[in-house]
Amino acid sequence: MSALNITKGSSSHSAYDLRDPYAEVIESHTLAVLVDNESGVLARVIGLFSGRGYNIDSLTVAEVDHTGHRSRITIVTRGTPQVIEQIKAQLGRLVPVHAVNDLTVEGPAVQRELALLKVAGKGDARIEALRLAEIFRANVVDSTLESFVFEMTGTPEKIDAFAELMRPLGLREVARTGVAALSRGA
Amino acid sequence: MTQANASAMTGAKMIVKALKDQGVEVVFGYPGGAVLPIYDELFLQNDIRHILVRHEQGAVHMAEGYARSTGKPGVVLVTSGPGATNAVTGLTDALLDSIPLVVLSGQVPTFMIGTDGFQEADTVGITRPCTKMNWLVKDTAKLAETIHTAFHVATSGRPGPVLVDIPKDVQFAQAEYVAREKIKTSHYQPRVKGDIEAITKLVELLEKAERPVFYTGGGVINSGTAASQLLRELVDATGFPITSTLMGLGAYPASGRNWLGMLGMHGLYEANLAMHGCDLMINIGARFDDRITGRVADFSPHSVKAHIDIDPSSINKVIRVDLPIVGDVGHVLEDMLRIWKSRGRKVNKEGLAKWWAQITEWKAVDCLDYKNSEKTIKPQYALQRLEALTKGMDRYITTEVGQHQMWAAQFLGFDAPNRWMTSGGLGTMGYGLPASIGVQVAHPEALVINVAGEASWLMNMQEMGTAMQFRAPVKQFILNNERLGMVRQWQELLHGERYSHSWSESLPDFVKLAEAFGCKGIKCSDPKDLDDAIMEMIRYDGPVIFDCLVEKHENCFPMIPSGKPHNEMLLGEAETQGVIKAGGAVLV
Ligand SMILES: Cc1ncc(C[n+]2csc(CCOP(=O)(O)OP(=O)(O)O)c2C)c(N)n1
Ligand SMILES: [Mg+2]
Repeated sequence: MSALNITKGSSSHSAYDLRDPYAEVIESHTLAVLVDNESGVLARVIGLFSGRGYNIDSLTVAEVDHTGHRSRITIVTRGTPQVIEQIKAQLGRLVPVHAVNDLTVEGPAVQRELALLKVAGKGDARIEALRLAEIFRANVVDSTLESFVFEMTGTPEKIDAFAELMRPLGLREVARTGVAALSRGA
Repeated sequence: MTQANASAMTGAKMIVKALKDQGVEVVFGYPGGAVLPIYDELFLQNDIRHILVRHEQGAVHMAEGYARSTGKPGVVLVTSGPGATNAVTGLTDALLDSIPLVVLSGQVPTFMIGTDGFQEADTVGITRPCTKMNWLVKDTAKLAETIHTAFHVATSGRPGPVLVDIPKDVQFAQAEYVAREKIKTSHYQPRVKGDIEAITKLVELLEKAERPVFYTGGGVINSGTAASQLLRELVDATGFPITSTLMGLGAYPASGRNWLGMLGMHGLYEANLAMHGCDLMINIGARFDDRITGRVADFSPHSVKAHIDIDPSSINKVIRVDLPIVGDVGHVLEDMLRIWKSRGRKVNKEGLAKWWAQITEWKAVDCLDYKNSEKTIKPQYALQRLEALTKGMDRYITTEVGQHQMWAAQFLGFDAPNRWMTSGGLGTMGYGLPASIGVQVAHPEALVINVAGEASWLMNMQEMGTAMQFRAPVKQFILNNERLGMVRQWQELLHGERYSHSWSESLPDFVKLAEAFGCKGIKCSDPKDLDDAIMEMIRYDGPVIFDCLVEKHENCFPMIPSGKPHNEMLLGEAETQGVIKAGGAVLV
């Protein structure tokens, strides 16, 4: 039975935002969740994901409005369209949640992640690491005679690619912030 | 906060004042070290009645019974640590059945939190997944506001249980009281009005449908009596058939012309086949629970499905619907009726006549038929007699969980909402007895009966002491089959009749047990004596434990085995051989 013709956006709620109901494809979505910065709110969000069996690929959180005590949680998650809709609806009904925005469907968005990578090595490997870092626009934020710490920002894919290249060159440790994202335009 | 401030008071005083300002009349609770300041304040006043329970789980189920039979939130007070952990089953039960509760728990003083102090438990951590919302209040200045917010959250949108954890030093410290009207609730205001465009679409579908069915649930009851009234008007005006989940019984009267009976795993043949064969399904405040749908892939394959629900997360969770309407049932029904009337009250008369003819055929199967006996009391017979003998009385029914619960749903008729209290979502054995006390506390003059199984009843039987102490004349109607009957039925059908630990041994003598509690015990095993015994129970002015010895191996039919679609229903013993395959056995 086909979905009735309900115009998209006829309600603010995502329940009306039907995509192909039978699609079983796994999609990756970036969600921005605006919450009250109160104790337990992160546990509530994470508990929702673990309790209902949803995936978290990346999660970042920080207070973005110090006077209103609001934090922004950016979650990258995966699932079928139905699961993604469920995740948004489940997040939306948490009491301390003020807004859930799906940056993946609501138009173009920019995504950035910051990473620190420690690479140890000597000789050619060391020179090659530095050369690649330049290509990737990674900064050297610490160096010894036998190691570098690179700092880079970019999309998660770019960081993945850089880390992959560093692996044979002596990659020791990686610290990543997870994704921060904003929709483009005003 | 200065002591001189006129409206400053201790946290404990503030709690009691906040409860009064919220119109709370009864608190179900149990004291302990971490709530003594609150108990002190309760002692010093007479407006709020405190019901001392025997176990905190009992307190929560009582509050549920109170809430479901009144439409008001139930209130519970427990101490820290074990007091709070004992409340967890009740909280989960209330969460799954969307029952508004406010639970206040004591906590060790703020300076001791995290030190593994005596009777310290991470109560907000433990109860986070089993409450709609919870709070740990670390500052007395925020206490009144938090309690008022708690009531707002528990009762707004889809109702549910909330918990406020209050460290002991916060109860002693002073601060200014914040009035109920002063709190900000603006950000938590779930949407109640449905989308008019979508409601109009639903009316269009309604006008054309050949084989429509209303599938209603607990959301109608939670929406309030006005919603039940609107539902009745809509059903009677359209002439559509209506079925309901276990949770929604009473919203449409069982004596109503269009009533098909309950649907689902142990629902009626005609109700389930109507769901399977309909061309328009109008879900009003139900949630496509797995007890209802059976095998999802084969659920009502030829219907357009509309779903009215206040909780957006209920929509498209289990079953893909064609027409979702997010809103409060009462508001949506009102708009729906108005629009349908203004468009000329159209229905597809021809289609409906054929549909009803089909339904009448299904009804003729008489799916609740059973073989009665002159020698032993059949549980179905016991309930038929209970129904007949209490008809027309101001009656409330609670149940435990098991076969008796399903038979009660099949054989008792409810003509009004808020009269039927049963643990639906969680299926909590031990719910019925305390729930019956909560109902009786709210309705002291009414006839309150807990239809129980002997095994479930034992789980919270200590609450008979509460019933005695507070003169709650609850009637415990125990259908005693000396079996964990529902488990036994599944073992018979699914596990090769290997009855692993599913019988009730070393049962107490229920009559002597009644005497020990100081109430009345009645035992009945002969069908001929049953009517008199039931009348004796009803007439007795006080709590009664009725030990009704019934057939031990009766199975509950109809039954849709787990993993089967609606049209593969079992109607009786003859059809049960080897019906459930391994795939079904993994389901519960
Ligand atoms: C707390 C809890 N434990 C276990 C179960 C699983 N269970 C469901 S029904 C049932 C048997 C109930 O026996 P009884 O109360 O005598 O009712 P009957 O089925 O015999 O009518 C059991 C063990 C449950 N629902 N709740
Ligand atoms: Mg039993």
